Amino acid sequence: MAKLKTTTDSNRKINGNTFLLIITIALFAIMYIAGMVIFADKGFAKPQMFLNLFISNAGLLVIAVGQTIVMITGGIDISVGSITALVCMVMANQMENHGMSAYAAIAVALVIGLAFGIVQGFLISYLEIQPFIVSLAGLFFGRGMTSMVSTEMISIKNETFLAWANAKIYLPFIGSYSKSGKFHPAYIYPTVIIALIIVAIIAVVMKYTKFGREVYAVGGNAQSALMMGLNVKRIKFKAYVLEGLLAGCGGFLFCLNSCAGFVEQAKGLEMDAISASVIGGTLLSGGVGTPFGTIFGVLIKGTITSLITTQGTLSSWWVRIVLSALLCFFIVLQAIFARMKKKNA
Amino acid sequence: MSNDVVLSMRDISKTFPGVKALQHVDFTLRKGEIHALMGENGAGKSTLIKVLTGVHSLDGGEIRIAGSDAPIINKSPQDAQSHGISTVYQEVNLCPNLSVAENLFIGREPRKFGFIDWHTMNKKATELLKSLDIDARATDKLEECSLAKQQMIAIARAVDMKCQVLILDEPTSSLDDEEVEKLFVLMRRLQKEGVGIIFVTHFLEQVYAVCDRITVLRNGTLVGEYPVKELPRVELVAKMMGKNFDDLADIKGDHKVLEKFEPVIEAEQVGRKGSIKPFDFAVNKGEVVGLTGLLGSGRSELVRAIYGADKPDTGKIKVNGKEVKINSPLDAMKQGMAYLPEDRKKDGILADLSVRENIIIALQAKRGMFHPMSRKEMEEAADKYIDMLQIKTASRETPIKSLSGGNQQKVIIGRWLLTNPDYLILDEPTRGIDIGTKTEIQKLVLDLADQGMAVTFISSEVEEMLRTCSRMGVLRDGKKVGEISGDQLTQEGVMKAIAGGDSNE
Amino acid sequence: MNKDSIKKITSMRLFLPIVCLVAVLLVNLITTPGFFKISINNGVLYGYIVDVVNRASELVILAVGMTLVTAASGGQDISVGAVMAVAAAVCCQILSGGEVSVTELAAPMGLAIIAAILASALCGAFNGFLVAKMNIQPMVATLILYTAGRGIGQLITAGQITYVRVDSYKVFGGYIGKIPVPTPIFLAIIVVIIVNLILKKTALGLYIESVGINGTASRLVGLNSTLIKFLTYVICGVLAGIAGIIASSRIYSADVNNIGLNLEMDAILAVALGGNVLGGGKFSLMGSVIGAYTIQALTTTLYAMNVKADQLPVYKAIVVVIIVTLQSPVFQSFIAKQRAKKAAAAVEGGK
Repeated sequence: MAKLKTTTDSNRKINGNTFLLIITIALFAIMYIAGMVIFADKGFAKPQMFLNLFISNAGLLVIAVGQTIVMITGGIDISVGSITALVCMVMANQMENHGMSAYAAIAVALVIGLAFGIVQGFLISYLEIQPFIVSLAGLFFGRGMTSMVSTEMISIKNETFLAWANAKIYLPFIGSYSKSGKFHPAYIYPTVIIALIIVAIIAVVMKYTKFGREVYAVGGNAQSALMMGLNVKRIKFKAYVLEGLLAGCGGFLFCLNSCAGFVEQAKGLEMDAISASVIGGTLLSGGVGTPFGTIFGVLIKGTITSLITTQGTLSSWWVRIVLSALLCFFIVLQAIFARMKKKNA
Repeated sequence: MSNDVVLSMRDISKTFPGVKALQHVDFTLRKGEIHALMGENGAGKSTLIKVLTGVHSLDGGEIRIAGSDAPIINKSPQDAQSHGISTVYQEVNLCPNLSVAENLFIGREPRKFGFIDWHTMNKKATELLKSLDIDARATDKLEECSLAKQQMIAIARAVDMKCQVLILDEPTSSLDDEEVEKLFVLMRRLQKEGVGIIFVTHFLEQVYAVCDRITVLRNGTLVGEYPVKELPRVELVAKMMGKNFDDLADIKGDHKVLEKFEPVIEAEQVGRKGSIKPFDFAVNKGEVVGLTGLLGSGRSELVRAIYGADKPDTGKIKVNGKEVKINSPLDAMKQGMAYLPEDRKKDGILADLSVRENIIIALQAKRGMFHPMSRKEMEEAADKYIDMLQIKTASRETPIKSLSGGNQQKVIIGRWLLTNPDYLILDEPTRGIDIGTKTEIQKLVLDLADQGMAVTFISSEVEEMLRTCSRMGVLRDGKKVGEISGDQLTQEGVMKAIAGGDSNE
Repeated sequence: MNKDSIKKITSMRLFLPIVCLVAVLLVNLITTPGFFKISINNGVLYGYIVDVVNRASELVILAVGMTLVTAASGGQDISVGAVMAVAAAVCCQILSGGEVSVTELAAPMGLAIIAAILASALCGAFNGFLVAKMNIQPMVATLILYTAGRGIGQLITAGQITYVRVDSYKVFGGYIGKIPVPTPIFLAIIVVIIVNLILKKTALGLYIESVGINGTASRLVGLNSTLIKFLTYVICGVLAGIAGIIASSRIYSADVNNIGLNLEMDAILAVALGGNVLGGGKFSLMGSVIGAYTIQALTTTLYAMNVKADQLPVYKAIVVVIIVTLQSPVFQSFIAKQRAKKAAAAVEGGK
């Protein structure tokens, strides 16, 4: 074994993980600026376009941050898309067909997410079943349950709910002028604020609480964490429960955006969430990742979508393909960095 | 307990199914002492450490520690920690992805209003590192630190948890000389502060460089406790190997002198960074050459480099006088080599496969995927070796995992004999198997050599080596330091060669 | 029968899959009286059983590939459904020459099939490269094609559903001439036989098991574990391609969104039901095949009980969780402990 003798004695070097995050941020900047230049005539340069990234991906943002947490423990959850669909469908069904209030519907959303988190977390952490198999079962279970509620699309017409969904919040001083010279202030929806608050809370939890640091420790080296006196199984379980809760929450935000429940909803969302985490610097092997990085992962996904829709002629399938290719690129990059690290150690 | 004793273990016994791992062992650690715990494989050092740290429960005996009147019982490493016993392992048990400060304080981070107070934590970490003279930054990621620093950080974590007893379990195995020296400085410093240190290592040099006292274990029993100054190296080696140095009997096999020397394998300056320094080594037709040295001296690393199991980065290998490229075990096999690895469970057996499949797998791999052996051929091969090596198995279709260790080993030997090798490497073929089987294997090795096979034989038991080998390579600290043959092939000669340095120290 | 012989039978590898199959069939015998009735209508065989065996064909073929991948790499390939869609898209697109719907072949059938299988082999090679060479967890590596695969299929068919309304193409999913047995049944049997022959007539089967059981030991006896793992993924890809062609022939079109949908789950379930450990090592191809038929029987049964297609995954997910829980070492040691306690209590009680 060769020694890493003097790597950090004097100058602080950028390590592979920080490097990956820098690539991501640069990639986002390049993509977005390229979009602004190429599609300037289609309004890509307007501030509203940027805000739309958040508006259309508020739910994904929360879900992806949850995904980041379980990926830091070294796990994964591919059931989040189905959870979202189930949450939307149950909320729509309860409000439209059973007269439930919008407030109670939120509680239902959270309970569904929590239930998934508890069951999957138990199977993964206490029974030590591969997270992939468990959440693959969760994926099918959630989607199937959605169709049990209703195979027809249910549009939400609940007034309170629609009022939340359509409450535009105008931002001061930011906006753009139309051709006639009229000022259009830029706006966001409450979903964006909720999502950003949740992400901020999770960022604080991950950085400043005992639980947050324990999650990193477990992901870094579960054996060591055990030897240092941490209850590894319980920490993993808690991470999945929190992630489930966030998936429920994200599902609610998603529903505010779509205002409907249908079986095919949020299909492939798990892929978006995983890609956003990985592109945002979360290691598949665990131990590394931040909610901050995940925001950029989500923004990249959003930018790809808007670039392709703005372009107009490309089919929407390109979003999936580009995102998968990007995910592949980052996974391979991670594998190469890991190999280099191993050689140096 | 007298005043300066911090830890005393009395009459410790521990039995695992079928093995008496520790029998009535005593161990005493004094304040401010560095105490080496020595012993070869199966001596019981790691069991003793595990009993002490609560990884295993003890079957008999008691552990007392200074400051507590009653004997203590540790049920987990955390219990041990709370009694002031901390351990630092060879494999650093820290989290590489966290900062140095976090690794020092995880589980007991300073907090303010329930949130982690990073500022205070970093400040405290910096102070701690400074007080122990460890040159690392609190905010650096652990993985950015060298292995030696990681070891020291692990020690700092242990020390800061108010330990009286610090166990260092082979902490130097992957460090270079300079780093080892830094570690020693830290150890001496802690010694001055009154910490009792148990130092487990297999490097003799290091024991003599830093320790005050040595306790030697062998086969689960206590051989004795000696001040370092009163125990010359060669006697230490003799005690570890279970010989009284004064009456080493002259066991010597009757080796036939080779009539002509036809080298089958020649290695010239073959080496691999970090595992074995460049060495020369040759084995002739019909010769059994031993490799001796303490555990971790580079015996296995040497043969693994020849076999291509760990690809060497320098030197060249000749087979029957012709230089060959060996990039993988398969290349070596095609050159007529066979290698029985040291760790049977991890590297040898294919647990769920049958005895038959375990026997034929190497030959099958050598032939290639598209030349499968017929069922009949496999069965004949399996039966031949089950018969020849007297493998005790219910049938040839029994999974190898249900055989005893000795019989598993015979299956692996059969596996390699089936490939009809010119050069056979046996790395600890007799470890953990019964006496009867051991003798059978020794006899087999001699027979094979008589038939013209070149053999390299590695064993921790000197008698066994003397009985079988006509020449021995000696290794110490990852380097081949010499060869002994002829009249030097006595227990005394071997011990002296292993111990090295000034043997009469 | 004494206790020992019962133990012997229950410990046999194929015990679990056969019991499951029998259980499902028994349920049918009770709930659907006509389940085992086979009749001949318009010169072809009809009946629930024929339908089960016919519909299971793609699954059987997938399960064979999944078994090999699981055994060698200790993980599963979740992209098989998407790879089926890619193969179907390639095949139909070549046959139609780019038209949305054709009634005459635009290219030779052989060419289209070879191209489709090459495309799926390429997908398998991509997965294999990531898993074997880059050491990425199998499920993460195959997740890429799981999502991108159908997108690639859409690109190939330019976003439409390509129809090949030609009788010669319908053969694979229909009937050959006047033979009353559906072609997919033959194809599935042929695939199983060929793969079995490959495993038996070359040493590949043994190599796969060795690599799955102990990678380091396998390397030391001269096996190239990277290559072997890679090969299993390529084989899995090719088999998914064959399944894709059958599925597309049944509907004489390339419906990229629906071909092979949710089949990855069924294939994994078939492997687990077949008594194979999802962590790799020794495997039983026949077990997986029986597992595949069991699942199709279960699917048909649920349909017969008026469960909608969309809801099937719920039941399958529950079955998967039960199987993996039973297989999990933690659960097994828990049960063993409980048994030991009971035995101890019994001994004490006897005193």
